[in-house]
Amino acid sequence: MNYVKLIGEIFLLMGSFSLLVAGIGLLRMPDVYNRVQTGTKASTLGSILSFIGVGLLSVDHWDETNWIGRVIVLIIFILLTNPVSSHVLMRAAYVMKIPLSKKTSVDKLKEDIEHKILEEPIDE
Amino acid sequence: MNNIVIYIALIFLMLAMIAGLIRFIKGPSIVDRVVAFDSMTITSLVVIGVIAYLSNRAIYFDVAVVYGLLSFLGVIIVAKYIQGGL
Repeated sequence: MNYVKLIGEIFLLMGSFSLLVAGIGLLRMPDVYNRVQTGTKASTLGSILSFIGVGLLSVDHWDETNWIGRVIVLIIFILLTNPVSSHVLMRAAYVMKIPLSKKTSVDKLKEDIEHKILEEPIDE
Repeated sequence: MNNIVIYIALIFLMLAMIAGLIRFIKGPSIVDRVVAFDSMTITSLVVIGVIAYLSNRAIYFDVAVVYGLLSFLGVIIVAKYIQGGL
C-alpha cells in the first residue's frame, strides 16, 4: 500500500463529500442568492480537493505523461473562473429584482443605492 | 481493494448530480437553473477526472479543460442576456 495513494484517496473522498454538501445546499437553501453562494463556493472547494486527490492517486504514471501539469492547469482554471461566474450571476439576479428571503436582515447594496453612493447596476 | 474508496466517491458524485438535476427541474427562476447547471458541470468535471484515473489516460483532462471553458462562457453569456445587455 502506497502512502501517496492513501493520501490521494482521502483527498478524493473529502472533495466528493464537499460536492455532495453543495448539492444538498442547492436543494435546501431558501433563496436564489444563498443557492448561488452555496452552489459555487462549496463546489469550488470540492473540485479542487478532488483534483488534488486524482493527481496524487496517479503516482505510478507521473513519469510517462504530463499528468500533474494538467491537474495543476485545471485547478488554476477552476480557481480563476468559478468566482467570476458566481459574481456575474448574483448581479444578474439582483438586476432582475428577484425578491430576497424573508430572513434577510442586511442589504448593503440597497442602502448604497438609496444613499447615492453607488449607481444602480444596470448597464446598457 | 483500493477501488472501494473510489466507488464511494463516485456514489457521492452521483448523489450531488441528482440534487442538481432536481433543482434544475423545479427551480422557480432562471438563475436557479443556471446555478444548478453550473454545479452539475463541475461535478461532471470531477467525474471525468476519476474516469481518467480509472482508465489511465491523461488526455481526458484536456476534455475536462475544454468543457469547463465552454461552461464558463455559457454562464457568462446567459447572465449578460438576463441583464439586458446582449
